Amino acid sequence: MAPKVGLFIPCYIDQLYPQVGIATLKILEHFGVDVEYPESQTCCGQPMANTGCTNEVGPLAKRFVDIFKGYDAVVCPSGSCVSMVKHHYAEYFSDNAEYEELKAKTYEFCDYLTNILEVKTLSGRFPHKVGLHQSCHGLRELRLASSSEIMGPPFGNVRELLESIEGVELSQLQRPDECCGFGGTFAVSEEAVSCMMGEDRVHDHEQAGTEVLTALDMSCLMHLDGIIRRQKKPIRVMHISEILVECL
Amino acid sequence: MPSHPKLAAEFVKNKDRAHWHDESLWFVRSKRDKAARQIPEWELLREQASKIKMHTISHLPDLLEEFERNATARGVQVHWARNATEHNEIVHGLLKKHDVTRVVKSKSMLTEECHLNPYLERHGIEIIDTDLGERIVQMQNMPPSHIVMPAIHMKKEEIGELFHEQLGTEKGATDPQYLAEAARQHLRQKFIEAEAGITGVNFAIAETGGFVVCTNEGNADLGTSLNKLHIACMGIEKLIPRAGDLSVFLRLLARSATGQPITTYSSHFHGPAPGAEMHIVLLDNGRSEISGSDEFRRSLNCIRCAACMNTCPVYRRSGGYSYSNTVPGPIGSILGPAKDPKANATLPFACSLCGSCTDVCPVKIDLHHQLLTWRKEIRVKGFLPVSKRISMKMMSWLMQAPRMYRFVGKMARSIVPYLPRFMLYNRMNDWGKQRELPIIPKQSFREWMKQNHDDK
Repeated sequence: MAPKVGLFIPCYIDQLYPQVGIATLKILEHFGVDVEYPESQTCCGQPMANTGCTNEVGPLAKRFVDIFKGYDAVVCPSGSCVSMVKHHYAEYFSDNAEYEELKAKTYEFCDYLTNILEVKTLSGRFPHKVGLHQSCHGLRELRLASSSEIMGPPFGNVRELLESIEGVELSQLQRPDECCGFGGTFAVSEEAVSCMMGEDRVHDHEQAGTEVLTALDMSCLMHLDGIIRRQKKPIRVMHISEILVECL
Repeated sequence: MPSHPKLAAEFVKNKDRAHWHDESLWFVRSKRDKAARQIPEWELLREQASKIKMHTISHLPDLLEEFERNATARGVQVHWARNATEHNEIVHGLLKKHDVTRVVKSKSMLTEECHLNPYLERHGIEIIDTDLGERIVQMQNMPPSHIVMPAIHMKKEEIGELFHEQLGTEKGATDPQYLAEAARQHLRQKFIEAEAGITGVNFAIAETGGFVVCTNEGNADLGTSLNKLHIACMGIEKLIPRAGDLSVFLRLLARSATGQPITTYSSHFHGPAPGAEMHIVLLDNGRSEISGSDEFRRSLNCIRCAACMNTCPVYRRSGGYSYSNTVPGPIGSILGPAKDPKANATLPFACSLCGSCTDVCPVKIDLHHQLLTWRKEIRVKGFLPVSKRISMKMMSWLMQAPRMYRFVGKMARSIVPYLPRFMLYNRMNDWGKQRELPIIPKQSFREWMKQNHDDK
């Protein structure tokens, strides 16, 4: 029997970017995964946790584990939400075997695709200059790629996967992994700095000739796209799953 | 109460200046990367430094006593200060005893923390900072905006103007060499006149009773060699157990701070010269309390290299003064609330949680996780703004009620696209000041699933 994957679609993707969820689902099914979307899911609780409101997170964390514990794996197209579940839930579960088990089988979508399904290349074409924004939580919490601060051999499955696609040329950035400035409620409570950070990222991609700006996290892209559209920059924003689904 | 977002927004308003500040510090971060890359065992060194510091902090009382014994045996007089007031009184007492009225001081963030300068000035003692950057901000009556480069926020034109007023240099002069020479001549006079020298301490060694002060300008050496009284001020966390541990830290410190392989001067002090006195003031000022906390103990690993500031995308764009704290940036946003959580309540939120500080830190302080933990503390202590508290409560409630969540989403999708622009983009909407809102889709993912997938 094929493993049954619980699809974890972050609340803002469900409500604002359904195409990202659809692309993720299609790719997983294309590679023969038995995907189920548990409908009672809502939010992992990260916005409350990052604001310090742990009382408001507890019930959501418990709901999350109850909803997803029965699956063989949980897959989600967001490094940030996965990092919340894997790295920041412990305080709501003391010595809870169900949580420990769930934590070990929760994956960011590209991580699942490249490491578990072992997809190393896709057959389609994507003839664009692609700028890969390294979303911080995928990078420095989940360690899905090497960060520029740590000294060691560079790695990154997503970069390799993109490079393997015919027609893709990756942009050379001046600052390869600087934060976009979204940061959840930070985007609003520190609006001035947040927007300057976003503008600087967009500018870096502009000078590098990025046509399509992509990332593992739609939240970074929501922020960057907001700036790009306001300033009418000729850059198109696509979640990584939206690019990959075009290359199946 | 100072608010980081407000002060940061003011700094960002001058975009050119904010960009210049960002680029200056990014340049230092890049130099750090280059220097670190040349050390194949860099990550090993970080690991070792972190372990030595963690060991030290967990054995602090014993090691401090060992240091006191060994320093005393070398003729150094050791003093203990519980807080800033005691620290300043001890220093003043020593100066008074020796009838000192003119003092030179090399860079010490600890004396900034204790506000020693204004204290001594109130008691009629002239105290001159001899680190060039710190002297510049002292002339302006301002604190350092960065712990390694105190005047990093100032342009050479502004320094030229300041020197013209204070040192009589030519008006409009901006040549760094000319200005540095003027400062050198000015400081040389102060060094000669001074009757005592105060320094900070970068590392004190329990095993030997000696201590090390790192400078790039040699001002600690000059300031303590030309007079008979040396007072070194040190936070109790600056201790390391053995002389053999020192190389680990010296290799990390300058590379992390400025990208230099080592500071120009690493001066070792092992007791007073004949006829002179050497004192060391050991300051607690809240450090013991931090060492007792599982969450924040690691912050005492800090060797004040400022790598976390140089890499912080917020610090680079908001400037050191936006933190209103002696130590700014990520580490300052942890130490600040530890001292006064109410006054510094916005600091743990002046962070996008990108984690760059944690990865750059040479002593492996989990900075961004500690900042996150501080946010919880701020909430528990009741210093979180009501607006945030209520919105998070409402959001949590909504997310626990999937039917209501679906309903609210559906309503929004059927109303928002038809609202006129001014209803969406106005003073209430901070997101929309410089950004467009997402384009509202026709249906949610779950609605699409119901229509297209579930009956397969």
